[in-house]
Amino acid sequence: MNEESKKHILRALTENVRYDGRKDLDYREMSLEVGVARNAEGSARIKIGNTEVIVGIKMELGKPYPDTPNEGCLMVGAELLPLSNPAFESGPPSIQAVELARVVDRGIRESHAIDIKKLCITPGELVWFINIDICSINDEGNLFDAASIATIAALKDTKLPGVKNNLVDYKSKTKTPLPLNKEPIEVTVHKIGDKFIIDPLTEEEAVIDGRLTVCCTKEGNICALQKGGDYPLTAEDIAKMVEIALTKSKELRKLL
Amino acid sequence: MTYTKRLDGRKFDETREIEAKTGIIKRAHGSAMFKIGNTIAYAAVYGPRELYPRFMQNPQKGTLRVHYNMMPFSSGGDRVRPGTSRRSKEISYVTEKALLPVLDLNDFPNAVVDIFIELPQTDAGTRCAGICAASMALADAGITMKDLVSSISVGKVDDKVVVDLNYDEEAYEDGGVADIPVAMIARTGEITLLQMDGEVTSEDLKNALEMAKKASIKITEVQRKALKEKYEVPK
Repeated sequence: MNEESKKHILRALTENVRYDGRKDLDYREMSLEVGVARNAEGSARIKIGNTEVIVGIKMELGKPYPDTPNEGCLMVGAELLPLSNPAFESGPPSIQAVELARVVDRGIRESHAIDIKKLCITPGELVWFINIDICSINDEGNLFDAASIATIAALKDTKLPGVKNNLVDYKSKTKTPLPLNKEPIEVTVHKIGDKFIIDPLTEEEAVIDGRLTVCCTKEGNICALQKGGDYPLTAEDIAKMVEIALTKSKELRKLL
Repeated sequence: MTYTKRLDGRKFDETREIEAKTGIIKRAHGSAMFKIGNTIAYAAVYGPRELYPRFMQNPQKGTLRVHYNMMPFSSGGDRVRPGTSRRSKEISYVTEKALLPVLDLNDFPNAVVDIFIELPQTDAGTRCAGICAASMALADAGITMKDLVSSISVGKVDDKVVVDLNYDEEAYEDGGVADIPVAMIARTGEITLLQMDGEVTSEDLKNALEMAKKASIKITEVQRKALKEKYEVPK
Protein backbone atom coordinates (compact mmCIF):
# COMPACT_ATOMS: atom_id res chain seq x y z
CA MET A 1 0.00 0.00 0.00
CA ASN A 2 2.82 2.38 0.89
CA GLU A 3 4.58 1.46 -2.34
CA GLU A 4 1.51 2.46 -4.33
CA SER A 5 1.05 5.80 -2.63
CA LYS A 6 4.76 6.45 -2.99
CA LYS A 7 4.58 5.79 -6.72
CA HIS A 8 1.58 8.06 -6.93
CA ILE A 9 3.27 10.91 -5.10
CA LEU A 10 6.43 10.51 -7.19
CA ARG A 11 4.51 10.45 -10.45
CA ALA A 12 2.77 13.67 -9.50
CA LEU A 13 6.06 15.22 -8.40
CA THR A 14 7.61 14.66 -11.81
CA GLU A 15 4.87 16.96 -13.04
CA ASN A 16 5.66 19.29 -10.16
CA VAL A 17 2.34 18.79 -8.35
CA ARG A 18 1.68 17.69 -4.77
CA TYR A 19 -1.43 16.37 -2.99
CA ASP A 20 -2.55 19.84 -2.04
CA GLY A 21 -1.50 21.47 -5.30
CA ARG A 22 1.73 22.99 -3.99
CA LYS A 23 5.09 23.04 -5.74
CA ASP A 24 7.92 20.91 -4.33
CA LEU A 25 9.61 23.74 -2.44
CA ASP A 26 6.56 25.65 -1.21
CA TYR A 27 5.51 26.00 2.40
CA ARG A 28 1.83 25.90 3.25
CA GLU A 29 0.30 29.10 4.55
CA MET A 30 1.83 30.00 7.88
CA SER A 31 0.85 32.15 10.81
CA LEU A 32 2.69 32.84 14.05
CA GLU A 33 1.23 34.30 17.20
CA VAL A 34 2.95 35.00 20.53
CA GLY A 35 1.65 35.30 24.09
CA VAL A 36 -0.85 32.47 23.63
CA ALA A 37 -0.42 30.95 27.12
CA ARG A 38 -0.38 33.74 29.67
CA ASN A 39 0.89 31.65 32.57
CA ALA A 40 4.03 30.85 30.62
CA GLU A 41 6.86 33.37 30.70
CA GLY A 42 6.87 33.22 26.92
CA SER A 43 4.77 31.35 24.38
CA ALA A 44 4.00 31.04 20.70
CA ARG A 45 1.60 29.25 18.40
CA ILE A 46 2.57 28.36 14.85
CA LYS A 47 0.18 27.15 12.19
CA ILE A 48 1.58 25.68 9.00
CA GLY A 49 -1.44 24.69 6.97
CA ASN A 50 -3.46 22.57 9.41
CA THR A 51 -0.42 21.67 11.48
CA GLU A 52 -0.46 23.51 14.79
CA VAL A 53 2.14 23.59 17.56
CA ILE A 54 2.28 25.56 20.81
CA VAL A 55 5.56 26.24 22.59
CA GLY A 56 5.66 27.55 26.13
CA ILE A 57 8.60 28.68 28.26
CA LYS A 58 8.68 28.33 32.03
CA MET A 59 11.57 29.93 33.93
CA GLU A 60 12.77 28.28 37.12
CA LEU A 61 15.62 28.92 39.55
CA GLY A 62 17.99 26.18 40.59
CA LYS A 63 21.50 25.11 41.39
CA PRO A 64 23.78 25.03 38.34
CA TYR A 65 25.51 21.85 37.23
CA PRO A 66 28.87 21.43 38.99
CA ASP A 67 30.87 21.61 35.74
CA THR A 68 29.23 24.88 34.63
CA PRO A 69 28.80 26.83 37.90
CA ASN A 70 28.22 30.18 36.24
CA GLU A 71 25.89 29.19 33.42
CA GLY A 72 22.12 28.96 33.22
CA CYS A 73 20.49 25.77 31.92
CA LEU A 74 18.38 25.04 28.91
CA MET A 75 15.94 22.14 28.68
CA VAL A 76 13.73 21.23 25.75
CA GLY A 77 10.85 18.77 26.01
CA ALA A 78 8.39 17.74 23.32
CA GLU A 79 4.95 16.31 23.92
CA LEU A 80 3.46 14.60 20.91
CA LEU A 81 0.00 14.95 22.40
CA PRO A 82 -2.41 12.13 21.56
CA LEU A 83 -5.00 14.83 20.87
CA SER A 84 -3.05 15.90 17.80
CA ASN A 85 -2.74 12.63 15.90
CA PRO A 86 -4.63 9.31 16.16
CA ALA A 87 -1.32 7.43 16.11
CA PHE A 88 0.12 9.19 19.18
CA GLU A 89 -0.39 7.54 22.55
CA SER A 90 -0.28 8.86 26.08
CA GLY A 91 2.58 7.75 28.25
CA PRO A 92 6.30 8.40 28.40
CA PRO A 93 7.78 10.33 25.44
CA SER A 94 8.14 8.22 22.31
CA ILE A 95 11.41 8.16 20.39
CA GLN A 96 9.83 10.58 17.88
CA ALA A 97 9.16 13.07 20.68
CA VAL A 98 12.67 12.67 22.05
CA GLU A 99 14.23 13.21 18.62
CA LEU A 100 12.11 16.31 18.01
CA ALA A 101 13.06 17.80 21.36
CA ARG A 102 16.74 17.04 20.90
CA VAL A 103 16.90 18.44 17.37
CA VAL A 104 15.27 21.71 18.48
CA ASP A 105 17.58 21.78 21.52
CA ARG A 106 20.66 21.28 19.36
CA GLY A 107 19.79 24.18 17.08
CA ILE A 108 19.57 26.61 19.99
CA ARG A 109 22.45 25.23 22.02
CA GLU A 110 25.00 24.86 19.26
CA SER A 111 24.37 28.27 17.74
CA HIS A 112 24.90 29.78 21.22
CA ALA A 113 21.65 31.59 20.62
CA ILE A 114 21.25 32.28 24.33
CA ASP A 115 24.02 33.86 26.35
CA ILE A 116 23.68 31.40 29.23
CA LYS A 117 26.38 33.13 31.29
CA LYS A 118 23.97 36.04 31.72
CA LEU A 119 21.49 33.66 33.33
CA CYS A 120 23.69 33.17 36.37
CA ILE A 121 22.58 34.93 39.55
CA THR A 122 25.05 33.54 42.13
CA PRO A 123 27.86 31.39 40.69
CA GLY A 124 27.68 27.81 41.91
CA GLU A 125 24.46 28.56 43.76
CA LEU A 126 21.63 30.03 41.74
CA VAL A 127 20.98 30.17 37.99
CA TRP A 128 17.97 30.41 35.69
CA PHE A 129 16.64 27.24 34.08
CA ILE A 130 14.85 27.75 30.78
CA ASN A 131 12.22 25.05 30.32
CA ILE A 132 11.02 24.90 26.76
CA ASP A 133 8.01 22.66 26.15
CA ILE A 134 6.74 21.87 22.68
CA CYS A 135 3.16 20.62 22.43
CA SER A 136 1.62 19.40 19.18
CA ILE A 137 -2.03 20.42 18.82
CA ASN A 138 -2.74 19.14 15.32
CA ASP A 139 -0.18 17.10 13.41
CA GLU A 140 -0.60 17.18 9.66
CA GLY A 141 3.09 16.99 8.90
CA ASN A 142 6.32 18.93 9.44
CA LEU A 143 6.38 19.20 13.22
CA PHE A 144 10.15 19.80 13.09
CA ASP A 145 10.05 23.13 11.29
CA ALA A 146 6.93 24.18 13.19
CA ALA A 147 8.50 23.42 16.57
CA SER A 148 11.76 25.13 15.70
CA ILE A 149 10.32 28.48 14.64
CA ALA A 150 7.71 28.51 17.43
CA THR A 151 10.50 27.90 19.95
CA ILE A 152 12.46 30.91 18.74
CA ALA A 153 9.31 33.04 18.77
CA ALA A 154 8.50 31.90 22.33
CA LEU A 155 12.06 32.65 23.49
CA LYS A 156 11.76 36.13 21.99
CA ASP A 157 8.44 36.57 23.79
CA THR A 158 9.88 35.56 27.17
CA LYS A 159 10.15 38.03 30.04
CA LEU A 160 11.94 36.99 33.22
CA PRO A 161 9.73 36.75 36.30
CA GLY A 162 10.67 38.59 39.48
CA VAL A 163 12.87 37.04 42.18
CA LYS A 164 12.13 37.30 45.91
CA ASN A 165 14.47 35.75 48.50
CA ASN A 166 16.08 33.56 45.84
CA LEU A 167 12.68 32.17 44.83
CA VAL A 168 10.75 32.89 41.63
CA ASP A 169 7.87 35.28 42.13
CA TYR A 170 5.70 34.22 39.20
CA LYS A 171 3.12 36.91 39.92
CA SER A 172 5.53 39.71 39.09
CA LYS A 173 6.91 39.88 35.58
CA THR A 174 9.92 42.04 34.81
CA LYS A 175 10.53 43.64 31.45
CA THR A 176 13.83 41.80 31.08
CA PRO A 177 13.95 39.61 27.98
CA LEU A 178 16.16 36.55 27.63
CA PRO A 179 19.74 37.26 26.45
CA LEU A 180 18.97 36.01 22.93
CA ASN A 181 21.81 36.74 20.50
CA LYS A 182 20.76 34.71 17.52
CA GLU A 183 17.66 33.31 15.98
CA PRO A 184 18.57 29.96 14.44
CA ILE A 185 15.84 28.44 12.29
CA GLU A 186 15.50 24.83 11.25
CA VAL A 187 14.35 23.76 7.82
CA THR A 188 13.80 20.09 7.06
CA VAL A 189 14.30 18.96 3.48
CA HIS A 190 12.84 15.59 2.47
CA LYS A 191 13.90 13.27 -0.29
CA ILE A 192 11.45 11.07 -2.17
CA GLY A 193 13.00 9.08 -5.03
CA ASP A 194 15.26 11.67 -6.67
CA LYS A 195 13.00 14.59 -5.70
CA PHE A 196 13.37 17.04 -2.84
CA ILE A 197 10.41 18.57 -1.06
CA ILE A 198 9.83 20.67 2.03
CA ASP A 199 6.91 20.95 4.45
CA PRO A 200 5.49 17.46 3.85
CA LEU A 201 1.93 16.43 4.61
CA THR A 202 1.32 13.36 6.79
CA GLU A 203 0.80 11.25 3.65
CA GLU A 204 4.10 12.43 2.22
CA GLU A 205 5.97 11.90 5.48
CA ALA A 206 4.88 8.27 5.39
CA VAL A 207 6.72 7.58 2.14
CA ILE A 208 9.88 9.69 2.25
CA ASP A 209 13.26 8.01 1.82
CA GLY A 210 15.33 10.47 3.78
CA ARG A 211 15.23 13.81 5.48
CA LEU A 212 17.74 16.35 6.61
CA THR A 213 17.05 19.01 9.21
CA VAL A 214 19.37 21.96 8.79
CA CYS A 215 19.59 24.67 11.39
CA CYS A 216 20.37 27.97 9.68
CA THR A 217 21.68 31.19 11.19
CA LYS A 218 20.84 34.62 9.88
CA GLU A 219 24.33 34.91 8.39
CA GLY A 220 23.71 31.80 6.28
CA ASN A 221 25.75 29.38 8.38
CA ILE A 222 24.69 25.94 9.52
CA CYS A 223 24.60 25.30 13.26
CA ALA A 224 23.06 21.85 13.59
CA LEU A 225 22.11 18.90 11.42
CA GLN A 226 20.01 15.79 11.76
CA LYS A 227 19.58 13.16 9.10
CA GLY A 228 16.51 10.97 9.30
CA GLY A 229 14.74 8.39 7.19
CA ASP A 230 15.63 4.83 6.23
CA TYR A 231 17.72 5.48 3.15
CA PRO A 232 21.22 6.94 2.69
CA LEU A 233 21.92 10.36 1.25
CA THR A 234 24.85 11.15 -1.06
CA ALA A 235 27.18 14.11 -0.58
CA GLU A 236 25.50 15.76 -3.58
CA ASP A 237 22.09 15.23 -1.99
CA ILE A 238 23.28 16.87 1.20
CA ALA A 239 24.79 19.85 -0.63
CA LYS A 240 21.53 20.36 -2.47
CA MET A 241 19.41 19.97 0.67
CA VAL A 242 21.53 22.44 2.66
CA GLU A 243 21.22 24.96 -0.15
CA ILE A 244 17.42 24.56 -0.19
CA ALA A 245 17.28 24.91 3.60
CA LEU A 246 19.36 28.09 3.63
CA THR A 247 17.17 29.68 0.97
CA LYS A 248 13.94 28.65 2.67
CA SER A 249 15.07 29.72 6.14
CA LYS A 250 14.98 33.31 4.91
CA GLU A 251 11.32 32.90 4.09
CA LEU A 252 10.57 31.44 7.53
CA ARG A 253 12.55 34.17 9.27
CA LYS A 254 10.10 36.78 7.97
CA LEU A 255 7.50 35.36 10.36
CA LEU A 256 9.51 36.36 13.43
CA MET B 1 -14.89 39.78 58.23
CA THR B 2 -17.18 39.39 55.30
CA TYR B 3 -16.47 38.96 51.63
CA THR B 4 -18.26 42.05 50.32
CA LYS B 5 -16.74 42.41 46.88
CA ARG B 6 -15.25 39.71 44.66
CA LEU B 7 -11.53 40.02 43.99
CA ASP B 8 -12.08 40.55 40.26
CA GLY B 9 -15.19 42.70 40.70
CA ARG B 10 -17.74 40.15 39.48
CA LYS B 11 -21.19 39.71 41.00
CA PHE B 12 -21.47 36.68 43.28
CA ASP B 13 -23.57 34.79 40.73
CA GLU B 14 -21.64 35.94 37.69
CA THR B 15 -19.34 33.60 35.76
CA ARG B 16 -16.21 34.77 34.02
CA GLU B 17 -16.40 35.45 30.30
CA ILE B 18 -17.05 32.30 28.27
CA GLU B 19 -15.93 31.48 24.76
CA ALA B 20 -16.44 28.22 22.89
CA LYS B 21 -15.52 26.84 19.50
CA THR B 22 -15.78 23.45 17.81
CA GLY B 23 -13.75 21.73 15.11
CA ILE B 24 -10.46 23.30 16.21
CA ILE B 25 -8.35 20.15 15.74
CA LYS B 26 -8.72 18.93 12.18
CA ARG B 27 -7.25 15.46 12.61
CA ALA B 28 -9.63 14.53 15.42
CA HIS B 29 -13.09 13.10 14.76
CA GLY B 30 -14.50 15.80 16.98
CA SER B 31 -12.91 18.67 18.87
CA ALA B 32 -13.69 21.78 20.85
CA MET B 33 -12.18 24.65 22.78
CA PHE B 34 -13.80 26.01 25.91
CA LYS B 35 -12.49 29.15 27.55
CA ILE B 36 -13.74 30.53 30.84
CA GLY B 37 -11.86 33.56 32.10
CA ASN B 38 -8.19 32.65 31.84
CA THR B 39 -8.75 28.91 31.84
CA ILE B 40 -8.59 27.31 28.40
CA ALA B 41 -9.41 23.67 27.63
CA TYR B 42 -9.00 21.83 24.34
CA ALA B 43 -10.72 18.51 23.82
CA ALA B 44 -10.31 16.03 20.97
CA VAL B 45 -12.32 12.87 20.40
CA TYR B 46 -10.92 9.86 18.53
CA GLY B 47 -13.15 6.91 17.89
CA PRO B 48 -15.05 4.76 18.15
CA ARG B 49 -11.90 2.81 17.29
CA GLU B 50 -10.62 -0.62 18.18
CA LEU B 51 -9.47 -0.99 21.76
CA TYR B 52 -6.09 -2.52 22.52
CA PRO B 53 -4.87 -4.41 24.50
CA ARG B 54 -7.65 -6.79 23.70
CA PHE B 55 -8.44 -7.90 27.23
CA MET B 56 -9.75 -4.40 27.87
CA GLN B 57 -12.44 -4.76 25.23
CA ASN B 58 -16.04 -5.01 26.35
CA PRO B 59 -18.14 -7.22 24.05
CA GLN B 60 -21.34 -5.71 25.49
CA LYS B 61 -20.72 -2.08 24.61
CA GLY B 62 -18.13 0.55 23.83
CA THR B 63 -15.69 1.98 26.35
CA LEU B 64 -15.13 5.64 27.14
CA ARG B 65 -11.61 6.72 28.04
CA VAL B 66 -10.74 10.23 29.20
CA HIS B 67 -7.22 11.59 29.44
CA TYR B 68 -6.91 14.90 31.28
CA ASN B 69 -3.57 16.68 31.03
CA MET B 70 -2.16 20.09 31.91
CA MET B 71 0.49 21.36 29.52
CA PRO B 72 3.87 21.85 31.23
CA PHE B 73 3.68 25.65 30.95
CA SER B 74 -0.01 26.03 31.82
CA SER B 75 0.27 26.79 35.50
CA GLY B 76 0.79 30.18 37.12
CA GLY B 77 3.40 28.64 39.43
CA ASP B 78 6.13 26.11 38.70
CA ARG B 79 6.30 24.04 35.53
CA VAL B 80 3.99 21.03 35.60
CA ARG B 81 6.00 17.84 35.10
CA PRO B 82 4.74 15.99 32.02
CA GLY B 83 3.03 12.65 32.52
CA THR B 84 0.14 11.44 34.63
CA SER B 85 -0.17 12.29 38.30
CA ARG B 86 -2.58 11.02 40.93
CA ARG B 87 -4.53 14.24 40.43
CA SER B 88 -4.81 13.95 36.65
CA LYS B 89 -5.80 10.28 36.93
CA GLU B 90 -8.63 11.07 39.32
CA ILE B 91 -9.86 13.97 37.20
CA SER B 92 -9.84 11.77 34.10
CA TYR B 93 -11.86 9.18 36.00
CA VAL B 94 -14.53 11.55 37.36
CA THR B 95 -14.77 13.21 33.92
CA GLU B 96 -15.59 9.81 32.41
CA LYS B 97 -18.33 9.36 34.97
CA ALA B 98 -19.61 12.88 34.30
CA LEU B 99 -20.03 12.20 30.58
CA LEU B 100 -21.21 8.56 30.54
CA PRO B 101 -24.84 9.28 31.55
CA VAL B 102 -25.52 11.13 28.28
CA LEU B 103 -23.71 8.66 26.01
CA ASP B 104 -25.06 5.62 24.23
CA LEU B 105 -22.13 3.29 23.64
CA ASN B 106 -24.22 0.21 22.86
CA ASP B 107 -23.64 0.48 19.12
CA PHE B 108 -19.93 -0.23 19.22
CA PRO B 109 -18.93 -3.18 21.37
CA ASN B 110 -15.17 -3.82 21.72
CA ALA B 111 -14.43 -0.26 20.62
CA VAL B 112 -13.20 2.75 22.54
CA VAL B 113 -13.99 6.43 22.37
CA ASP B 114 -10.93 8.36 23.49
CA ILE B 115 -11.25 11.92 24.76
CA PHE B 116 -8.07 13.92 25.23
CA ILE B 117 -8.38 17.08 27.32
CA GLU B 118 -5.42 19.47 27.23
CA LEU B 119 -5.02 22.72 29.11
CA PRO B 120 -2.62 25.31 27.69
CA GLN B 121 -3.50 27.92 30.30
CA THR B 122 -5.17 27.53 33.69
CA ASP B 123 -6.79 29.73 36.32
CA ALA B 124 -8.89 27.28 38.40
CA GLY B 125 -11.95 25.39 37.20
CA THR B 126 -9.94 23.20 34.82
CA ARG B 127 -11.91 19.99 35.26
CA CYS B 128 -15.14 21.90 34.61
CA ALA B 129 -13.75 23.57 31.49
CA GLY B 130 -12.46 20.17 30.38
CA ILE B 131 -15.88 18.57 30.76
CA CYS B 132 -17.56 21.40 28.82
CA ALA B 133 -15.05 21.05 25.98
CA ALA B 134 -15.25 17.23 26.01
CA SER B 135 -19.03 17.26 25.83
CA MET B 136 -18.92 19.54 22.79
CA ALA B 137 -16.18 17.46 21.15
CA LEU B 138 -18.28 14.30 21.57
CA ALA B 139 -21.22 16.00 19.88
CA ASP B 140 -18.91 17.29 17.15
CA ALA B 141 -17.65 13.72 16.59
CA GLY B 142 -21.23 12.58 16.08
CA ILE B 143 -21.30 10.19 19.03
CA THR B 144 -24.90 9.39 20.02
CA MET B 145 -25.81 11.59 22.99
CA LYS B 146 -28.99 12.28 24.90
CA ASP B 147 -27.94 15.75 25.85
CA LEU B 148 -24.95 18.01 26.46
CA VAL B 149 -23.17 18.09 29.78
CA SER B 150 -22.07 21.43 31.15
CA SER B 151 -19.93 22.04 34.15
CA ILE B 152 -19.05 24.87 36.51
CA SER B 153 -17.51 25.24 39.91
CA VAL B 154 -19.44 26.88 42.72
CA GLY B 155 -18.37 27.38 46.28
CA LYS B 156 -18.03 29.62 49.23
CA VAL B 157 -15.50 32.36 49.81
CA ASP B 158 -15.58 33.48 53.44
CA ASP B 159 -19.33 34.01 54.05
CA LYS B 160 -20.56 34.25 50.46
CA VAL B 161 -21.75 31.57 48.07
CA VAL B 162 -20.18 32.28 44.68
CA VAL B 163 -20.02 30.81 41.20
CA ASP B 164 -16.92 30.08 39.09
CA LEU B 165 -14.05 30.67 41.52
CA ASN B 166 -10.80 31.82 39.97
CA TYR B 167 -7.38 30.96 41.35
CA ASP B 168 -7.13 34.03 43.57
CA GLU B 169 -10.46 33.20 45.19
CA GLU B 170 -9.48 29.58 45.73
CA ALA B 171 -6.38 30.90 47.51
CA TYR B 172 -8.31 33.51 49.56
CA GLU B 173 -6.67 33.75 52.96
CA ASP B 174 -8.89 36.03 55.06
CA GLY B 175 -11.65 33.44 55.41
CA GLY B 176 -12.62 29.87 54.63
CA VAL B 177 -12.95 28.69 51.05
CA ALA B 178 -15.01 25.81 49.70
CA ASP B 179 -14.76 24.69 46.09
CA ILE B 180 -17.51 22.54 44.58
CA PRO B 181 -17.09 21.46 40.96
CA VAL B 182 -20.42 20.40 39.48
CA ALA B 183 -21.32 18.86 36.13
CA MET B 184 -24.92 18.87 35.11
CA ILE B 185 -27.37 17.99 32.39
CA ALA B 186 -28.88 21.46 32.39
CA ARG B 187 -32.25 20.51 30.92
CA THR B 188 -33.09 17.96 33.60
CA GLY B 189 -30.97 19.35 36.41
CA GLU B 190 -29.36 15.93 36.91
CA ILE B 191 -25.90 16.13 38.42
CA THR B 192 -23.20 13.92 36.92
CA LEU B 193 -20.16 15.18 38.81
CA LEU B 194 -19.94 16.52 42.30
CA GLN B 195 -16.86 17.04 44.38
CA MET B 196 -16.03 19.39 47.20
CA ASP B 197 -13.05 20.77 49.08
CA GLY B 198 -13.73 22.86 52.17
CA GLU B 199 -16.54 23.19 54.65
CA VAL B 200 -20.10 24.51 54.13
CA THR B 201 -23.54 24.15 55.72
CA SER B 202 -26.17 22.03 53.99
CA GLU B 203 -28.09 25.24 53.33
CA ASP B 204 -25.04 26.71 51.53
CA LEU B 205 -24.75 23.59 49.42
CA LYS B 206 -28.38 23.90 48.36
CA ASN B 207 -27.86 27.52 47.35
CA ALA B 208 -24.61 26.70 45.58
CA LEU B 209 -26.25 23.94 43.52
CA GLU B 210 -29.05 26.33 42.60
CA MET B 211 -26.40 28.76 41.36
CA ALA B 212 -24.68 25.95 39.43
CA LYS B 213 -27.94 25.14 37.69
CA LYS B 214 -28.39 28.73 36.50
CA ALA B 215 -24.83 28.86 35.21
CA SER B 216 -25.22 25.46 33.53
CA ILE B 217 -28.21 26.65 31.54
CA LYS B 218 -26.19 29.61 30.32
CA ILE B 219 -23.17 27.44 29.47
CA THR B 220 -25.27 24.92 27.56
CA GLU B 221 -26.52 27.81 25.41
CA VAL B 222 -22.93 28.76 24.58
CA GLN B 223 -22.02 25.14 23.81
CA ARG B 224 -25.01 24.70 21.55
CA LYS B 225 -24.28 27.91 19.70
CA ALA B 226 -20.65 26.90 19.11
CA LEU B 227 -21.74 23.52 17.73
CA LYS B 228 -24.17 25.16 15.34
CA GLU B 229 -21.62 27.75 14.20
CA LYS B 230 -19.38 25.09 12.70
CA TYR B 231 -22.12 24.01 10.34
CA GLU B 232 -23.37 27.44 9.37
CA VAL B 233 -23.12 28.20 5.71
CA PRO B 234 -20.98 31.30 5.24
CA LYS B 235 -22.95 34.10 3.62
